[in-house]
Amino acid sequence: MITMEHVCKSYRVAKRNAGMREACKALFRRETEVIQALSDVSFTIQDGEMVGYIGPNGAGKSSTIKILSGILTPESGSCLVDGRIPWKNRTEHVRQIGVVFGQRSQLWWDVPVIDSFELLKDIYAIPSYEYQNNMEELTELLHLQELLKMPTRQLSLGQRMRCEIAASLLHSPKILFLDEPTIGLDAVSKLAVREFVMRLNQEHKTTVILTTHDMQDIEALTKRIILIGRGRVLMDGTLEDMRRLAAEHGQAAEASDQNGESLERIVAGLYQKLDIL
Amino acid sequence: MKKYKTYFSFFRIRFNMGLQYRVAAVSGAATQLLWGLMECLVFMAFQKSAPEAYPMAVSATVSYVWLREAFFSAFTTWNADQDIFDSIVNGGIAYELCRPVSIYHMWFAKTTASRAAGAGLRCVPLLAVACVLPQPFRLSLPASPTHFILFIITLFLGLGVTVAFCMFTYILAFFTISPQGLRMLLTSMIDFLSGAIIPLPFMPDGVRGIVELLPFAGMFNVPLLIYSGELAGAAMYRSIGMQCFWLVTLVILGRVLCKAAERKIVVQGG
Repeated sequence: MITMEHVCKSYRVAKRNAGMREACKALFRRETEVIQALSDVSFTIQDGEMVGYIGPNGAGKSSTIKILSGILTPESGSCLVDGRIPWKNRTEHVRQIGVVFGQRSQLWWDVPVIDSFELLKDIYAIPSYEYQNNMEELTELLHLQELLKMPTRQLSLGQRMRCEIAASLLHSPKILFLDEPTIGLDAVSKLAVREFVMRLNQEHKTTVILTTHDMQDIEALTKRIILIGRGRVLMDGTLEDMRRLAAEHGQAAEASDQNGESLERIVAGLYQKLDIL
Repeated sequence: MKKYKTYFSFFRIRFNMGLQYRVAAVSGAATQLLWGLMECLVFMAFQKSAPEAYPMAVSATVSYVWLREAFFSAFTTWNADQDIFDSIVNGGIAYELCRPVSIYHMWFAKTTASRAAGAGLRCVPLLAVACVLPQPFRLSLPASPTHFILFIITLFLGLGVTVAFCMFTYILAFFTISPQGLRMLLTSMIDFLSGAIIPLPFMPDGVRGIVELLPFAGMFNVPLLIYSGELAGAAMYRSIGMQCFWLVTLVILGRVLCKAAERKIVVQGG
């Protein structure tokens, strides 16, 4: 179970105007501004749930994921993941979770993918039989057979992302954080990733928290959506709840239409109406 | 024991990766060969112009030059692991923090491996050529079997000191966001203080006494002088003691600092 209560986090950001003069001035006096990334975020997620975590760019999605995975310490508030405080005793915590950052790579660039996997086996001290089982399953479901022997640098983005997801699951984590796993993927790869995440959640009861900008991901995968904007939780409910919220804000048009395109429009309208862009 | 297996795996993958860059090693070795020859000529010219002021045997200087070139990638501080700096600067470290491993130990293993691989690739051709060059450019045999064994031991100790020091440059990158400036300053200073530019015996006595107490003396200076027997007896054992002392001290300090950095870390990028 994951609980977050009243979590706040702010960053100090250096700011200056454009131009040579401003740059020179900044040499001596740097103006900083405090950006509130998360202010009073609370939610609870049960075991085996699949939750979509959405919001505009800069809403605080990645910060939340970072706090939950123990690599960022919040200023205040409490957070428990299966009874552990993530940032206290980081190494114990991360053993139990899997994380995919869609914009970064965890695979070693210049060596074959399988070498990265073998390294992960050693890092997590995965027993051989478990590693074998997981490898077989992941290879089959994510179609990795051909990719394993290739160096990461020669994989396409879609191929790489499949390998990244597999890499995060080798140690059979109970909780999986997916931070924009479908970013930049073509339709086929997206479908493959979605299908896989769905099966993972159903068959292994893995708790999945997914951040994405792709509303089709949300529609296909999650029953529950947490909408965050300007560091606050604005809605926590189903897709229907979100449609209702949009309707309340005068976004009734096309609400009955079920395709993702219109969902995108609803969300965009909602972001604007809630003034969280 | 299991814990060390993990770090050994990091060592292995990084070492294997380092062995891939063959062309870089060949061209590097060729450059270093010419550089070494040139430097031998310079030292010989020194010796000719003022033999009474020359602080070492000429053959010892020549050995020093060749060994330095052979193990250059292991000891030079500016050869720090770019991947690690990149991961701090652009936030790739997020993944490393998501692993149940100590950041310090992992980076230590990786850096040691990349240095060992780089030096391992280059030292073979360079030493082979240096052994068959005509006199007076030839690499001499070690002063004695004992000296040779101590040379090997201090070579590894020196690598340890170098890596332990590099760890500080990585950790500083946590605090400064862009590590370039500090790195430039540190590395050019250390090149001088570690005997990478001239062997430390060439320094004036007072300066030399101080420099030999610093951790940098253990990098190039100690193993290379032991090989040729320039460093022997009590002075040699004192130098080895200093190497051990600095290795332990730097590792302890580095771990403390790394823990502090991890706590206040900000992973860059969204």
